[in-house]
This record gives sequence, C-alpha cells and structure tokens, in this order.
Amino acid sequence: MTSGVAAAAALPVGRAYRERRSMVTAMLLLPTTLWFLLLLLMPLVVILVFSFGERAPAGGYQPAFTFAQYLNLPARLKAFQNTLTLAPIGTVLCVLIAYPLAYYLAVKAGPRSKTLLLTLVIVPFWTSFLIRTYAWIFILGGKGIPALLAWIGLPEIRLINTPFAVLVGIVYGYLPLMVFPIYVSLEKLDKRLLEASADLGATPIGTFRQVTLPLSMPGLITGSLLVFIYLMGEYLIPALLGGGKVFFVGNALVDLFLQSRNWPFGSAVAIGLVVIMLIAIALYMRALGRERVRSDVSLV
Amino acid sequence: MRIYAAAVYAFLYSPIALIVLFSFNAGRSGTQFLCCSLDWYPRTFGNVLMVEALINTLIIAGTTATLATVFGTMAALGLQRVSRLARLTYDVLIYVAIIIPGIVIGIATLVALVNLFGIVNPLLAVLLPGGDGPPPLQLGMGLGSVIAAHTLFTMALVIVIVRARISGMDRSLIEASADLYATPWRTFVQITLPQLLPAVLSGFLLSFTFSFDDFVIAFFVAGPITTLPIYLFSAIRRGVTPEINVIATVVMTVSLTLLVIVQQLLQRQRRPQPAKA
Repeated sequence: MTSGVAAAAALPVGRAYRERRSMVTAMLLLPTTLWFLLLLLMPLVVILVFSFGERAPAGGYQPAFTFAQYLNLPARLKAFQNTLTLAPIGTVLCVLIAYPLAYYLAVKAGPRSKTLLLTLVIVPFWTSFLIRTYAWIFILGGKGIPALLAWIGLPEIRLINTPFAVLVGIVYGYLPLMVFPIYVSLEKLDKRLLEASADLGATPIGTFRQVTLPLSMPGLITGSLLVFIYLMGEYLIPALLGGGKVFFVGNALVDLFLQSRNWPFGSAVAIGLVVIMLIAIALYMRALGRERVRSDVSLV
Repeated sequence: MRIYAAAVYAFLYSPIALIVLFSFNAGRSGTQFLCCSLDWYPRTFGNVLMVEALINTLIIAGTTATLATVFGTMAALGLQRVSRLARLTYDVLIYVAIIIPGIVIGIATLVALVNLFGIVNPLLAVLLPGGDGPPPLQLGMGLGSVIAAHTLFTMALVIVIVRARISGMDRSLIEASADLYATPWRTFVQITLPQLLPAVLSGFLLSFTFSFDDFVIAFFVAGPITTLPIYLFSAIRRGVTPEINVIATVVMTVSLTLLVIVQQLLQRQRRPQPAKA
C-alpha cells in the first residue's frame, strides 16, 4: 500500500527524494507519537509501577516492590461485584430494548420517516451525558415518580439510590449506542431472505432465529462491546443515581485518588479493572466466535 | 411494533423535555413548577463562576478539537506511508487509547503529570531563577493538562474517521495530479485535502463535542480550574436548582446544532464527491 503521493514514484526517483519523503512521513507522525508516548504509554507505565509501591504516610506514593496492593484488592470487592453484575445486566437490557427498535427502523419504518427517526435516536447521545443522568435524579427522586405514586394512593417507594435507578440510568444513557450498530447490520440484511424463509414455511419466530438474528450478530456484538466497555469504567451514573450505596469501580477510584490519596492501591484497582475488562472482552469474543461458526454452518 | 417504538422515543425524550420545561420555571425551588418565566436565564448567565467555567470549557474544547484534527489528520496521512509493522503498532495504540476507560486515563494522566512536574519544576527553577519571588515558569495542572488529555483520545477518533475516508478515496486523481507534474504539496492541497474535508470537519466537531461533554477526565486533571461539566456536577451534588436546568437547556441546544452540522457533513460524504477542476 503506497500513498497517492507515492504515485510520483513513477517519475525518476533519487535518493534525495526518498530521504525527503521519509522526513515528511516522520513529521506527519511526530505529534501523534509524542502524545501516545507522553500521555498514553507513560501514564500507564507509571500506574503499573505505582501499583507495586507503598502509600507514603502523607498520601501519594513511596517506592517499593510489593504485591500488597494487589492482595488488598478484596477490600474493594463490593465495587468490583457491583460493576461485574450491573455492567453485564445493563448491557443485556440495552440489547433487549434496542433490538426491537432497531428492527422496526431497519425493516418496518418507511424510507422517509426512517432518517428522521434515526436522527432522533442519535440526538440524545450527543447531548450532555451529565445532564441526561441528572434528569433522572429529578424523575426518580422524592418529588418525582414516588410522589406521583403516593398521590394516586399507591405505597411510596424509594427509587433513587438503588440498583434499579442505576440500571435506568445505564439504559437511558447507552441505548442509542446500542441501537445504531444493530440498525446498521439489520439495514444491510437482504430483505428477500426473510421472504424466502417465510415461503419455505418457517414461522416468524423460526425466521427470526435462523435468519434475522444470525445476520444481525455483527451489529449486536459491536453494540454490546461498546456499551460494556463504557459501563466497566462508568462513574457518573452510580455517583448520581446510586448515591454512595450502589458504587462501581470508577467510584472507588475517585475515592482512592482524590479523597484518601492512596495512589498505589488506586493504581492496583485501576490495573485490576483494565485486566478484568480485557479478560471479559476476550471471553465474550471467544464465546461468540464459536457461536458464529455454528450459525454459519446452519446457514449453509 | 409502532407502539413499542413510540414508547422508546417517549422514554428517550420525556426527561429532556422535563428539563427544558423546568428551565422556564418561575418558582425558586427546582422541583416545583410555576409557569412561566425567563428569569433564570439572565440570573444563570450573571453567575461569574458559571461563565468562567463555560469560557474554560470553550477554550479547552476549541483547542482540543483543533489539535486533535490537525494531528490526527497528519497521522492518518502518515500511516499510509509506513511499513506494515509500524502501522500495526499505531493501530494497537489507537485502540488502546479508545478502549481504556476514561477514568483510568484520567487517573493515570494525573499521577504521571504530577510526577513529571515534580521532576521538571525544580529544573525550571534552577534554569530560570525568579530572584526573591517564586520562579517565573512552573508547570501545573490546568487548561493545558486537560487539553493534552482530551487531545489523546479525540486524536485517536480523528485518525479512525479520516483513515476510513482515505481508504474510500479516488486514487486516480492523485496519480493524475502527479503525472501532470504537481508537487506533492500541491497535490495535497488541491486534490487530497478537498476530498478529506468532510471527514476532517466531522472529526473536528466530534472532538469538540467529546471534549465539551467530558467530565471524568477533566475531574482528575483540571487541577484548580473549573470546567462546565465539573461546575454542573458540583451544582447537582448541592441540590436541584433551576440554574442547572437553564445550563442544561443551553448546552443541549448547542450540541444539537453541532450534531445537525455533523449529520449534514456525513451525508455529503456518503454521496460521491464531484471532482472539481
């Protein structure tokens, strides 16, 4: 693969030209390389080193080589447990709610209303996440739905600061991110396959299971990976809707770095989060890899 | 099916509608609605702290988007001309930058910069002694560190977007230009850049929105300064006020405008570009 500019290589090429060309390439990549080194690799290496260190008496870091921080990870078990249950549940809820909508948009909606409806899905995603989450403090808070329920005579229940509130925030925040990739893969699906399946006597459910679902798998995978990745590092939703009762690893990290200033332990928690996230993604991809092979076979 | 879709749209939009409605609240409390006044708009924009946070955020988002777009586009072009191995290395870094949670990027950058400044600042104090007063040049957290951290992941996004565009580009025009003895620079300005423009512009607007909206990274690396999301977050923590609803409404209007522009640009990009002489 050569660049377009390299088409000039058809002209007589000298050493000077080649040297100049590689100079230009280096200049083009210089800022990005600098950024990756200074603001990606260096910070990651620093927290990796810190995670083997000790907390200085006044907070911060003191050089050492110990696994104590990692052995101490169970101290934040609750945060990991919450993250590892609510993130997958949230992802699944997003899939369940997003799929029918994406299906409607891709298969049932008329061509004219489709563009508008699709834009309407994306719009909330581009409005401030903080504000959208804040709206639910309003709705689920004491003077929102619970007050409404009390008014019509139902028992008053507490909604805010529960796992339910956090899940509502998750679905509300990430639904658009899930709808879009599923829509794209359903849109590409050849609608004649659906007719063929029906003509061959498949029930609507059979058609869905054997044709629609397998063919929309790529979008489903992309969407759920995106949502899952975001959820693993989530901070705002539990902070605003979980009210200190339902907290994620992200909240534990804020606490460790900004309040108790225990940098080495915080670093270990951060590294732990990234490692768990990568393992979860790898397992998911492997499970799906097998699944996809099977569906390919059944399609043949 | 239709009813289901309508229900989902209601779910998506009623909270937003509620906020906009409450921004016109005439009452003092944030939770009871008295129709209707614009009182809270001038009052909100008369708040010095809020305006300062807004200005900081605009400076950060503008600079981030500019740097990310220029550097990201440069890198996307540069990556066309390097070996397969080098390209693979950059690919890994790009995806790491995108995949690592913002909160981890935030804390890692905080810790790394604090330590870097701890090394650099004494050196600066020796090189540029300030006499009796404090040394004239010392690095610290602030606008610069937020911009630097935001530029990292927005740059990765711009690279992905622009590269997608490059791979869909018509090469014959570039070859023709070279055959007609245009210099590489001239070919770039007259042929490559116009073709890349929609992707570059949408990269710019996406970076701007991301940076404008980011709370979690700024929360760690902003040091003494306040950005609008940080201001909003602490305001929300203090309790619901009509002021928050006003800021929310204004912010949503601005992001909506940007979104419409991005949509238009992307739509144009999907259509084949008419070749201009």
